[in-house]
Amino acid sequence: MAESFLPQKDEIRRRLEGRYVGAVPHNQALGLRVVDYRPEHLSLALPYRADLVGNPETEVLHGGCITSLIDATCGGAVIMSLAAPRRIATLDLRIDYVRPALPHQEVICGAHCYKVTRHVAFVRAKAHHGDKANPIATASGTFVIFPDEGRRTEDGVPK
Amino acid sequence: MRLRDAVVDLRQTGDFTSLQEAIPYARFMGISGELVDDEVIGRMRYSDHLVGNANVPALHGGTLGALMESTAIFKLLWHGETTAIPKTINITVEYLRGARPQDVFARAEFTRRGRRVANVRVFAYQDDPDCPIAVATAHFLLVQD
Repeated sequence: MAESFLPQKDEIRRRLEGRYVGAVPHNQALGLRVVDYRPEHLSLALPYRADLVGNPETEVLHGGCITSLIDATCGGAVIMSLAAPRRIATLDLRIDYVRPALPHQEVICGAHCYKVTRHVAFVRAKAHHGDKANPIATASGTFVIFPDEGRRTEDGVPK
Repeated sequence: MRLRDAVVDLRQTGDFTSLQEAIPYARFMGISGELVDDEVIGRMRYSDHLVGNANVPALHGGTLGALMESTAIFKLLWHGETTAIPKTINITVEYLRGARPQDVFARAEFTRRGRRVANVRVFAYQDDPDCPIAVATAHFLLVQD
């Protein structure tokens, strides 16, 4: 995806990777990495691996690891939308598999947190093999934002 | 064992072991199936790499989706006539409670099973089957051999 040309951008990417992947055992087990980020948006990639295959005849990744990728990316996009760190939890996640995934190719998920309220965040996402216009899955999710344990004011949430 | 042979083996023996062994991701996740009183029960054995939040601690939401999708497919294969793996059209997961770091079980129900499409509800639970931690609704395309 977008090549990082500024050293700062690479440094931020590394820090986000530490937060979204390094601190989350299952994301680390899947080998997720940060592809791109900007406010309210996050893209994570799931590398193709033989031990994540769901159907050895087609050699396509199992839907389960794509669900984990999408859940992780959507949650990360919510964090990217908050002014202060908060604990969040997935309330619901819907995934439509609009075309079959291809074998031996990494899956990239791009998520956009398009609305944040006091307690709830709304996210849309697409999973693809590199061409956003030709997704393999589309998704929408909602997340609960827990109150800041230290301060009970709402100043952590924009808008 | 090839996947299709594993499906045939499952229907003959009622044992999901060869099916689990034929699916690399099921081995990676520790997801298996078993027949309990003629009902297909999915099980995901706890492992440290399934954790999503190490502070709480809680299992990753995606792993519950994976268990529920797998359990629906196990049930479709057990009751089906073809050896082709059903294709997931979509899945909606509702998260009801945090998943503690221990084994998770799942039970599936067909809301409708047609010739081409199956509508399945799946319930994931830990200690109490009547107290689900997550519920899923999924649609599958039933592929002919």
